[in-house]
Amino acid sequence: MLTFGLLPVSDQVSVVGALLLPVLLAGLAVVAAVASTGFAAVAAGRRVTTIELVGPLREGLRLLLVRRRTTLHPDALLWRIGGATVFVSAVLALAVVPIGDRAVVPSAVGIVWFNAVEALLWAALWLTGWGANSATGLVGGYRFLALSLAYELPFMLVLITAGIRGASLDPVVVAQSQTGLWSVVLMPVAFVVYLVSAVAFSFWGPFSQPAAGDAAGGVLAELSGVDRLVVVLGRYGWLAASAAMSVPLFLGGGSGPVLPDLAWQLFKTLVVLLALVAARWRWPLVRAERFAEIAWLVLLPAVLLQALVVAVIVL
Amino acid sequence: MESVIGGVLGAVAVLAGATVFVVNSMARATYSLLVSFLAVAAMLVLLGSTYVGFLTVVMMTVEMAIMGVFMLMYMMNPAGLMPMSMRHNTRGALVLSVGTFLVLSVGVFAVPWPGRQGKPARDVTYDLGTALMGRHMLTMIVIGTALLATMVSGVMLTSARGRYDRYGDELDRRPPTDPVRGGVGR
Repeated sequence: MLTFGLLPVSDQVSVVGALLLPVLLAGLAVVAAVASTGFAAVAAGRRVTTIELVGPLREGLRLLLVRRRTTLHPDALLWRIGGATVFVSAVLALAVVPIGDRAVVPSAVGIVWFNAVEALLWAALWLTGWGANSATGLVGGYRFLALSLAYELPFMLVLITAGIRGASLDPVVVAQSQTGLWSVVLMPVAFVVYLVSAVAFSFWGPFSQPAAGDAAGGVLAELSGVDRLVVVLGRYGWLAASAAMSVPLFLGGGSGPVLPDLAWQLFKTLVVLLALVAARWRWPLVRAERFAEIAWLVLLPAVLLQALVVAVIVL
Repeated sequence: MESVIGGVLGAVAVLAGATVFVVNSMARATYSLLVSFLAVAAMLVLLGSTYVGFLTVVMMTVEMAIMGVFMLMYMMNPAGLMPMSMRHNTRGALVLSVGTFLVLSVGVFAVPWPGRQGKPARDVTYDLGTALMGRHMLTMIVIGTALLATMVSGVMLTSARGRYDRYGDELDRRPPTDPVRGGVGR
């Protein structure tokens, strides 16, 4: 019997939940993709049409059906592992997010797990860039590592700050600790930095330099067919998983009037997800080397102060 | 069940570690080493030390991702795109590594391990910390901070560009000349 950190048997991994997780994540990813198409139309001043909104679904089907291109002497093994890890790590991240009052994989240190699978993106994106044996892909991979060096430390401190509130690294306990006052009120700086980091490790919008057009698509440049589908789904999936995790960490979990907990949780997740997706159509691209200075000189001290304030209040 | 999984993870860790010296690409060598570390992290989780296990995943993944960059940068061939081997001093290294492996393996079986007394600890991480550090916890925390400060100052001292390069001899050049402008407009 696997005990996963000496938890009682009733808290064991739910097998049905584990099988449904990828489906749930893919569903949220599709919502994000459709929303992005809608925001694109709005940003361009066009009317949003239904045909346009089903565009991502059609594109997904097309990617499933077309034969994938390949490059000269790719490192196919590392390439595929890298691409698959983008999606798989997003599923693993969602596994520790409490759905209702328990997560699919309950863990007393779920917040650290979330951080650990996020760190896998460092390897995943670089491998995706490297494997194609293409200069633009490799440029994208290196850009993601530069970006990671900027967002990772503030992000870790944000997770710790959220944990201080509940005196626990278990997202379920952290969510339950927010009776009366949501953490977002107590630690607004940490919440903002969390959202910024989420957009950054999903290499989305202002932080999409690893996949930007000036490098012909960077890490995504040589991906085609199902390989591309997996990485793009994983990218939207990471936006969704971070939105889902922000609910227990900052937005009081499933608490809310009238409606059941699950409904509130889904509602809050969708609101945060839409905000994250909208960031792409709201802010211009930030180069990694510029963001590095912002992260280290502004975000890091700000989050440290935030952690101090929260620690003093909680104690 | 747990011992079977543990055994498989152990085999993965050893074999992935050996693969580092079999593959002919720096990227594959770096990431097979990462697979080895991840297997060790999974073993820690299996032992009930989830916090240390997950932390190992964070540390090792980030470390290997950065190390891969340096491995490619300092290789004998440009951009690491040509095949190459990680093997040097083949015979000596083989003797040393096989010898170390044998000594450690014999040690596992030769040491008279104590039987379990009492119940498993509720907080494994806390108990592990106290067992390792004992009364010296505070000392080690202070030394840890001092080590970090040493690292930061070391990097600062070896940096090729100091404030005189940036702000000029009189330190009055605004904005400073930087090869790449930073994001906060200094």
